Amino acid sequence: MKKAGIIMIIGSLLLLGLFKFPLWNIMLGAPQYPEPLGMNIYITGIKGVSEFDIQNIDGLNHYIGMRTIPKTEDMWEFEVFPLVIGGMVALGVVVGFLGFFGKVNHWWFIGWFALMSVLGIMGMYDFNLWLTDYGTNLDPNAIMKMTNPDGTPMSYKPPLLGYQKMLNFDVDSWPHIGAYLMFVGMVLTVIAFFIGKKEWKKKVFATT
Amino acid sequence: MKKSINSLLMLALLAGLITSCNNSKSNKNGDRGALASSAAEKVYVAPGEHDEFYAFFSGGYSGNLTVYGLPSGRMFKEIPVFSQFPTNGYGYSEETIPMLNTSHGFVPWDDLHHPDISQTNGKLDGRWIFVNGNNTPRIARVDLETFETEEIIEVPNSAGNHSSSFITENTEYVVAGTRFSVPVPQEDIPINEYKGKFKGALSFISVEEETGRMDIKFQLMMPGFDYDLSHPGRGKSHGWFFFTTYNTEEANSLLEVNASQNDKDFIAAVNWKKIEEYVNNGGGTKMPANYAHNVYDHGTHNATTTMKKEVLTVDPTKVPGAVFFLPTPKSPHGCDVDPTGSYIIGNGKLSADLTIHSFDKMIDAIDNKKFDGEAYGIPILSFEDILAGTVKQAGLGPLHTEFDGKGNAYTTFFISSELVKWNIETREVIDRQPNYYSVGHVMIPGGNSAEPFGKYAVSMNKITKDRYLPTGPELEHSAQLFDITGDKMELLLDFPTHGEPHYAAGIPAEILAPKSKKIYKLEENKHEYAALTSGDTRVERDGKEVHIYMSMIRSHFTPDNIEGIKVGDKVYFHITNHEQDFDVPHGFAMIGANNAELLIMPGQTKTLYWEPKQVGVWPFYCTDFCSALHQEMQGYIRVSPENSNIELSWSLGE
Repeated sequence: MKKAGIIMIIGSLLLLGLFKFPLWNIMLGAPQYPEPLGMNIYITGIKGVSEFDIQNIDGLNHYIGMRTIPKTEDMWEFEVFPLVIGGMVALGVVVGFLGFFGKVNHWWFIGWFALMSVLGIMGMYDFNLWLTDYGTNLDPNAIMKMTNPDGTPMSYKPPLLGYQKMLNFDVDSWPHIGAYLMFVGMVLTVIAFFIGKKEWKKKVFATT
Repeated sequence: MKKSINSLLMLALLAGLITSCNNSKSNKNGDRGALASSAAEKVYVAPGEHDEFYAFFSGGYSGNLTVYGLPSGRMFKEIPVFSQFPTNGYGYSEETIPMLNTSHGFVPWDDLHHPDISQTNGKLDGRWIFVNGNNTPRIARVDLETFETEEIIEVPNSAGNHSSSFITENTEYVVAGTRFSVPVPQEDIPINEYKGKFKGALSFISVEEETGRMDIKFQLMMPGFDYDLSHPGRGKSHGWFFFTTYNTEEANSLLEVNASQNDKDFIAAVNWKKIEEYVNNGGGTKMPANYAHNVYDHGTHNATTTMKKEVLTVDPTKVPGAVFFLPTPKSPHGCDVDPTGSYIIGNGKLSADLTIHSFDKMIDAIDNKKFDGEAYGIPILSFEDILAGTVKQAGLGPLHTEFDGKGNAYTTFFISSELVKWNIETREVIDRQPNYYSVGHVMIPGGNSAEPFGKYAVSMNKITKDRYLPTGPELEHSAQLFDITGDKMELLLDFPTHGEPHYAAGIPAEILAPKSKKIYKLEENKHEYAALTSGDTRVERDGKEVHIYMSMIRSHFTPDNIEGIKVGDKVYFHITNHEQDFDVPHGFAMIGANNAELLIMPGQTKTLYWEPKQVGVWPFYCTDFCSALHQEMQGYIRVSPENSNIELSWSLGE
């Protein structure tokens, strides 16, 4: 299972990209913001795309009563996410090595993939909860209180994925490089599973 | 006297004839040009699109510099330089008042001429633009990242600072020559002792390579002529500087007649490298002087004035081989050097011809000592020995020449009101286009450098008359944009300019636009009275002096309620803009302030002085529509009687 083990190791190492590149990106454009304001969401915290974007988004949001964008220390996620990702990378590399030396079979690879998928979905669910809270839990003394046509308070929750028009802003929310690297890495672990399956058969065949 | 008046009349008559001739011909051209769809397309910059060039127009008697886009002719900004500018508080705010200090005290106005953009190896580099104050001699340096005036240096021993502010090809020096000669040092003598006693100072102001800081390296004390305009040598003639002169007659009254007697005046050729070497080796004489050097610091957002007390002067006769006179007909005005540095063009303003001197021939004549006498110990070269040729009967009253980098020169003719294109080598006229009316300067972006961008020429007209809707007796001047890419120049556009442009400087937008600053960083703000956080805001009293440390962000002032101010106090509002977003300035205006408003850029601190004179509760507010809650951006100051004992207090949102 040499080939499969190497692919498994490479696949899980690609998750390290999340420590360097953003997981997600949200851009806010408007006629008076020809250069849109944007935030990059890392597993370790939120940063502005340009130097003062966070301050300027907060400045705009205060009119409609949104809280300021959380700092790293304000959310437990930014402590836990790096540990989870780091742990999964370590686990994947160990499994890959053991596979390389034929100590474990390919089912361990898909097992890792399944665990990672569950964690990823939990992460997205948590992210969506935060977005909902951030966009709907508004200051009752907000300067501007906007309502929908039916009289309910307007939500400023950015889309989890995709484009949405919010008042005068065009909001785009898409995965960023870190997420794409993670996606490629996870696909590689599935490929490692199938290649490993073949290699394991050969090995079993050879030994019998 | 009578004879000269007659000849002036003749000249005027002739001018009238020629202009009217031109008009009938050109009106057709002009109309066609204006209506032709191609002209409209060439100047149309669609909404949201950017112009190809920046153009910096001198504001003349406005004292300021205006920034336009070419080819659209749209004005983007007025940069205050020598004049107080209530629009943003320049010259009114405590930080910028020192910028206008001189040895004559605070001078809140000047006559701004001749912008010149910094160069490296003869090419525009777009670091700074230099301009001269003509009336109270000063040179200013405007930074081209912030588009703000950063430095102004006064020029002593000078008067009518007109043959300025032109730079050498690596911005080693910005040069300032005096138009009016004066006694040096100044003294109380009869005016008619002009001849021989008055001096013309040509100042070479060094420019520090990194910071742009200016310092007068030396002043060349020339005979008492009028030094009208100048330009640097470039390429092979780098190291030389050329100055046109008039009034070599040294008349001190009725100059329009008395200074027009000599058939030829001079172009003074100055080998500044030679003088620099002389000075570096300890040459020259230090003389007492008194002149202001004002520097604005973007870290402290503050200007400071240093009075300098000494200047190094050089007697040209003490440096053999450094200064020569080139005889040039008819009171030459513009003195222009072609992009290769081979030709020096004298625009004899009372003539119909243009004189082109050859730099090679000049060097040859100097090497062979072919002199034709001397003036005040300065050798005069023989006209025939140095002449490359003349452009014959090109027009009437040539003033200025620019170049397109393709071997052509473009000369303005004031009296015959036209722009004339001619070939530098053959000296043949290629095209002539009428100007509406009475053109002064012409500008081609980079036209005064080794590498002009020969796409457009802009002429700056002195008379506007009927070119726009009438606005009473006082009119703005008018510029005209020509496409110069073809053999024939094509008039594309008229646009009004502010003040009276004496020359302009253009540069491709791609050089400047990317480095234009958007905000000042709050964390880099080193202003002594800055309130960098709202926690730093406070009010302090020191006797009658009250310092209010205030901050502003959309859309409130901190603090916005202040009590304990008394009649007769001297109140300083130190206001810091906490925004860090592009184009979100806030303004500040205080009722009854005897100065102006402040317009404060993101990250900047500015100070307004106010003397409360009347008891009451007085409002202040933001003058720049900053957000949907701009109208709410206001505050109150309670002013109590002088003898009241109300304590200072301040608050926000209580």
